[in-house]
This record gives sequence, C-alpha cells and structure tokens, in this order.
Amino acid sequence: MNLRAPEANRSNAVHAGAWWLWALGLAVAASRTTNPLLLGLLVGVAGFVVAARRTDAPWARSYGAFVKLGLAVLVVRLVFSVLLGSPIPGTHLLVTLPEVPLPDWAQGVRIGGRVTAEQLVFALYDGAKLATLLICVGAANALANPARLLKSLPGALYEVGVAVVVAMTFAPNMVADVGRLRTARRLRGRPAGGVKGVLQVGLPVLEGALERSVAVAASMDARGYGRTAPVPRAVRHATTVLTLGGLLCVCVGGYGLLAASGGSYAVPLVAAGVAMALAGLRLGGRRSVRTRYRPDRWDARSWLVAGSGAAVAALVVAADAAALHPGVVPLAAPELPLWPALSVLVGLLPAFVAPLPKESM
Amino acid sequence: MIRFENVTVTYADAGAPTLAGVDLTVPEGELVLLVGPSGVGKSTLLNAVSGLVPHFTGGTLRGRVTVGGRDTRTHRPRELADVVGTVGQDPLAHFVTDTVEDELAYGMESLGLAPAVMRRRMEETLDLLGLAALRERPIATLSGGQQQRVAIGSVLTPHPKVLVLDEPTSALDPAAAEEVLAVLQRLVHDLGTTVLMAEHRLERVVQYADRVALLPAPGAPVVVGPPAEVMAVSPVHPPVVALGRLAGWDPLPLSVRDARRRAGGLRDRLAGRTPPPGPATAPASAAPASGAPGDGPRRAGAARSGVRAVLERLVRGGVTPPAPAAAPAVAEARGLAVRRGRVEALRDVDLVVRAGETVALMGRNGAGKSTLLGTLVGLVEPASGSVLAGGRVPHRTPPRELVRHVGLVPQEPRDLLYADTVAAECAAADADAGAAPGACRALVSELLPGVADGTHPRDLSEGQRLALALAVVLTARPPLLLLDEPTRGLDYAAKARLAGVLRGLAAEGHAIVMATHDVELAAELAHRVVILADGEVVADGPTHEVVVSSPAFAPQVAKVLAPQPWLTVPQVEAAL
Repeated sequence: MNLRAPEANRSNAVHAGAWWLWALGLAVAASRTTNPLLLGLLVGVAGFVVAARRTDAPWARSYGAFVKLGLAVLVVRLVFSVLLGSPIPGTHLLVTLPEVPLPDWAQGVRIGGRVTAEQLVFALYDGAKLATLLICVGAANALANPARLLKSLPGALYEVGVAVVVAMTFAPNMVADVGRLRTARRLRGRPAGGVKGVLQVGLPVLEGALERSVAVAASMDARGYGRTAPVPRAVRHATTVLTLGGLLCVCVGGYGLLAASGGSYAVPLVAAGVAMALAGLRLGGRRSVRTRYRPDRWDARSWLVAGSGAAVAALVVAADAAALHPGVVPLAAPELPLWPALSVLVGLLPAFVAPLPKESM
Repeated sequence: MIRFENVTVTYADAGAPTLAGVDLTVPEGELVLLVGPSGVGKSTLLNAVSGLVPHFTGGTLRGRVTVGGRDTRTHRPRELADVVGTVGQDPLAHFVTDTVEDELAYGMESLGLAPAVMRRRMEETLDLLGLAALRERPIATLSGGQQQRVAIGSVLTPHPKVLVLDEPTSALDPAAAEEVLAVLQRLVHDLGTTVLMAEHRLERVVQYADRVALLPAPGAPVVVGPPAEVMAVSPVHPPVVALGRLAGWDPLPLSVRDARRRAGGLRDRLAGRTPPPGPATAPASAAPASGAPGDGPRRAGAARSGVRAVLERLVRGGVTPPAPAAAPAVAEARGLAVRRGRVEALRDVDLVVRAGETVALMGRNGAGKSTLLGTLVGLVEPASGSVLAGGRVPHRTPPRELVRHVGLVPQEPRDLLYADTVAAECAAADADAGAAPGACRALVSELLPGVADGTHPRDLSEGQRLALALAVVLTARPPLLLLDEPTRGLDYAAKARLAGVLRGLAAEGHAIVMATHDVELAAELAHRVVILADGEVVADGPTHEVVVSSPAFAPQVAKVLAPQPWLTVPQVEAAL
C-alpha cells in the first residue's frame, strides 16, 4: 500500500476547518505554557508544516506577515516593560532609568525607574507566548483558503461570508492602488514619500475602492447574488422566533452561569438556546437557493490533521508539569520537559499526511 | 431574444436623455455589434439588457426592454441572471472570488444548480474556453486575455441565452484578442448564443458581426443593418472600410480577405509608386480636426482630385520629416536588464531614441513594454546595464528635475490627475514643473478646445482625460515623451485627434516612445517599431519593414496591399 501523501487537487484538499482546528490546537498548547523552549518548538512545528504544505496562492503569503507581527508584539512588550516598569519583584538590577515624577493621584503608575532582569525575562516569556499564538493563526491562514472556509458556513450565514470575502480581497487591491498613485506622483515631479504624499494619495485611493465596490456589487447582482426561494410565511416567522428566542435564552442562561445563583436553570437554558438558534439557522437556510460547487470534504486526512492539533492541545494541557512555567523569581534556566515536548511534536503529522501541493508554476 | 421598444434612459443629474427612443430587436443566435463614438450611450444600452440600468445605476427608463420574454421592469438583474450574462469593460472589476474554478462556479451556485450539473458544466466550459490548465490558478496571476476569457466563462456556466459584452478586446494584445473572438465565434456557431457586443476596435470584430447597430450621435435613432451597409455610413469604421470607401468598392469589404480579393486593381494602380518616407502622412493641420465625428482625416480628402491632390502631395512630402538619423540621442539603454523577483522582465535590451523620432513598442501583454518605459522614467531600477534619459540616470535623478527631461503618460491617465477642476489641475502642473503660470492651461486649450475651467476631470471622456494628462506632462516641456497604451478606450475620432497631436509634437522635435497594441496607430505614427518578447528585443527597424511581414502586427492596409509596402489609408490616398 502506498502511504505517501498524494499530490494536492481540489478533490483531496484537506478541509479548511481541519487546518484551523490543528492551528487552534497548537495555539491552546501555547497558551498553557511560558517555557520559551516549548514555545520555540511550537513555532518550529507550525513553520515546518507551513513550509512543507503551503501553496503559492496569495493568502499563503500572509505567513511571513504574521511572523513579523509576532516579533513586533514581542518587542513592544519588552519596551513597555522597560518604560513602564513591572510588578514583578526582582533583585538583579540591570539599569536604573530616570523616573518621571508623577502627581499623587497617579499612584501605581510609573514611568522609567528600575529595570531588573526578572521583569525583562517575564516580559520576554509573556511576549513569546503572544507571538506564538499569532504565528499559529498565521499558519492556519497560510494553509487554509479563507474563501473555502466560508463556503462551509450554513446557508443562512452565506451572505455574511461573501461580504467578508469581498472585504478581504479589497485590502490587496488598495495596497496596489496606493503603489500606482505614488508612482503617478513621481511622474508629476513630486517626491513620492513623506506624510503629505500619503495624504494626497489617500482620497483617490478611497475613491478607487468605492468605485470598485460598486462595480463588484453590480457584477454580483447581475450574476444572481441574493436570489431567494419563496418561503411560506409561517416558516419565515418560525425562523425569526427561533433565532431571536435562542439568542435570548443563551443570554439569560449565560447570566445565570456567571451569577452563580441560577446554577439550576442556567445549563439547560443555554443548551435550549443553542439548539433553537441552530434550528433557526437551518430554517433560514431554506430561503437561500444556493448550492455549493465541490465543497471541501472531511476525509481521513482531515481527521488526522485536526486530530493531531487536538492531541497536542490535550497532551500539553494534561501534562501540567512545573516545567511548563519556568521560574522567574528567582531566575532559573528553563528546562525542556520531555513529555510535553514529545506531545508538541505530534503536531508535525500534517506535514506528512496532507496532500502535497503542486510545484509552483 | 432582446427587444428594445422606444426606450429612453435619463440619468438623474443629466439634462438630456442618454438614450432616446431606441428601437432594437436582436433575434436569437445573432451576433450584433454595437458601434458609435464615445459617449453616445453604448454602455447604457448594454446594461439595460441585463437590467442593471435602471435597477442598479438609477435614472429613469421609459419604454420597454424584454429579454427572452422577461421584462426588465419587473425583473431585477439577479432574476435575469439565468438568461443574460454580462461582462463589463474591466474584467478585474467583475471577479467576486479568487480562483478560476470558484469564479466559474459562482454564477451556477447563485442559481442553485445541482452539484452534478455544476461539475459537468464546469468541465465543458473549461474546455470550451481553453482554461483547463488554469483551473486552480489565482485570478490575479493571469494575463489580460486569460482574465477576459475567465470573465466570459464565469457568465457562460449558467448557460445564458444572451451574452452582453462591453469592449471585450480593447485592453488586449492582438493575439489575446483573437483568442477571445475565437471563443465568441464558437459560442454563436455551436451553441446558438445571442451576443450583443460593443467594441471600439472595429478592425478586430466587424467581420464577425451578423448585423451592426450604429448609435451615430447622442440621442440619435439607432441604425441597424448588415455590416457592409452600416459601415458605408458609419462615422466610425476600421481602416479596411476606409480603404474600400476610398477605392469605391461596393459592397464594402469588412475583412482583409474580402478586401484582398478585390484589391487587384488597386494594387496595379499603386504599382511603381512608393509611399512617402517616414510615417503616414496626413497633414498635421487636418488630423486634430474638429470634434465632430466623421470629420476625421480619412474622409477629408474623399473628393480630392487633380491639381489639388498633386499640390498636397508635394506639400506633404515637404512637411513630413524623414526618420532623423543624425539627431542627438534623447534616451539610450545599453545591455539593460530588469528583474522582478525571479522573473527577468527585461534582458539585454539596447535602445536608442533620437530627437524627433517616434518609436512604437509592441509585443504581447507582459512582454516588458511597460517595464521598459518605467526604467526610462526612473520608476524601475535596472538590475544591470545602463539607461540614460536626457543625459541623466533616471532612477537617481530627483523627480522634480526629471520631469523636465522625460514625461510618461501612464496607462490609466486618471492616476495623474488629483484636482477637482481642470483649472486647479493646470495650476498644480505649472507649480510642479516650475513653468510660467498659464503654460499648462495654454496647452489644454490647444489639445482640448472648449473645455471649461470648472470641469471635474472625472466628467471628461476617456479621450479628453488623456489629452489633459498629456498637457500636464507636457507642461514641463520634456524632450522625451513616453505613452503607455494611449489608445485604450478611445474611439476613432479621439484616436485621430491624438495622432495629430503626437505628429505635431514629433515635428517640434519631441522624441516619442509609445507602448501600444494598436497596430493601426503604430503604422500611422511610428518611424520605428521595436518588438519585445519575453523581455528581449526581437525586432527593431523602420515601421514598414518590421510590420509588413508580421501576421500579428501588420495593419489592415498592409495586409490588403501586401507585398507592396503601404501602411495606412492616408498614404494610399496621397499616392492616388
């Protein structure tokens, strides 16, 4: 039997939802630890899978942007820690910045002052956690086509989904517009850079975006967007009642859960609310005549991809060893805990089971 | 299939109706070509078929439009989506999704077809349009011709009975246009689809039309008839028709093949004569003729004869500057290479442009024409080799100084215009170029007579906007003028005016380099043609030598009169 992953095509593509579950699994694992070695391992696993299985499509290029964003978050976290101080007590003094004197009412706020090694290490761990979460999201973005994910939404939510897709295609178009108009500024003999240049370009870019949205709307209308099937009055009303009633039940039940006094009615109420809302969505889907062309199928490979992410999350959550949170006060070198590290490696599975994208053209 | 009954369309803020009293019937299975000068309401008429006018655009529509028996008054565009497929001028503005297959499926999904039907039609449509190899490609990575085919495919999958196309080939190179037209032919012949299409580039499409509907002027009644009859009276017509009118052929030929079969006599009369040197030679005074359509240079000499013709020929021979060989070089590229990521956009390109010379850059979409213009104006930095414009290295010269040496009118002239009024635009151009106040306005008055100071650039027609952008660029008096696809979206009258202006500029000593797909324009204006393919120069020589032998880049007159070296109707007219 041939166990090697097949070449990717539309039919055997891993379900977009499976990629998101996998990434969320890694993210859950990242949120449970501040150990920089484990976080690094998680980033490495996500990066390896992305490198092995991403395509050349435009959305796949977002991974680099997410990595940069993660690094920026890390740096910002460190800078804030240095400038605004930190409640972490520390004995290893690195430098003492001049402190800005603040009035009495601003007690508890500090600008400048002591910078200790402990607070920096704490900020570093904390920032690394956030950065890892972002990189996991970036990996999902690079591996799963966002438009396909929206195709898996229930019919009643389809129109919302289209709005999101169109909005997402707008950003790159606007970036291209800015480039073109700055070029044009240069052609008129004005320097292309500078705040003034950007501002002068702003209005035409917005105009262009508006025109494009009108054109897309016309095209969608002419191609049948928003055609509805005739639905009996009773069904329409039932949809409204179910959806609104369900949401109301969820709200009241949620309040009961939090208030701690309504433990008896809260859980059944939330359950009923969710069931009603789902029924409402299902009924609402009847109004839509849309069908789906070759939706992603949830096959064995999708199970494996989603399952590996879930396994990483479950194993790391279950591990709960002290090594997941290396000491900051007093400072201690982080250790790599064996079992959590091995469980993180389970997340590499998609790099072997997901279909292999074709070589770029 | 399509019926217009006394249709009048008035937009909310317009004084006069855009369409007035239009009666038009298009029977099933016909390909009807809608022609007319810019601004006569062709797009409005097309959008009325799909119901976008007035449901989407606003305005009032009086009269009745029915498509396949459905009245657009009671059916909104989405309810006509299974009968009418509409493709607008810009395919990019048409796409809703991001990959080819999703785009083709979008319309079928909206109509709620069964998955098995969708799958079958998808494969059929991919084959019909030759898109099978591109099915998983992101749309943004396709070429212009491929995008246009995807746009047509995306409205074909629901199997509409009517296809409405607004300028499907205007932005395409000759080969890509052939691709699209071949597809349309197949649809009409094999599937019996009714096609209503507007197009400025008549030389490409008129021979495919079963009938032609002419909108001669805003508010004028529609003239419908067989192509040859309508072309005989149409103010807009392709060169082959102009040649036929000149030679008095009846019925008029519409294709090169028809014309060639009749051209024996004309070839005999022209034998032994040679075209005047230099580019085609309508006198500079006749070309930027009054705005009235039909008053173009080609008709100006219809009744010319005897002594007058001889005199004119003498005058023309004197006026036309031969391709200047010894003039100083205004732009010079040596061993130029440009890389975009891994792609070598240009490789080892040598080009010298001299003062007073007009050079046409041709080649398919993506061959590197725009990149070459970009390096000359400093937008693109060469990877190796050298480039000089006006003796300066463009990408190292500050923009404020560079505009005095080289100016580029980009593909979308609107990008150059920021201000709210023509007057403000001119004042800004004077300030940018460091010219005396009023210099730009004087140019505008010359190029665009009769445009008021307070007009918003957005309200100008395509051709007027181009002229305004040209005036803005010329305010700095650059000796080297670059134009990227200047005739995109222009009708014949606007094109003739542009040709006149450019000829005048060349005579004043400006060097002009234009990237264009328009073989007729190149034949009319260029001293030299440079053909690029995959970033390399594959041909560089005098226009008549390069163009006559090429199947793709030869103008119609050259094809008709080959092997004689005639390129344009005015040349032939001058020689007769």
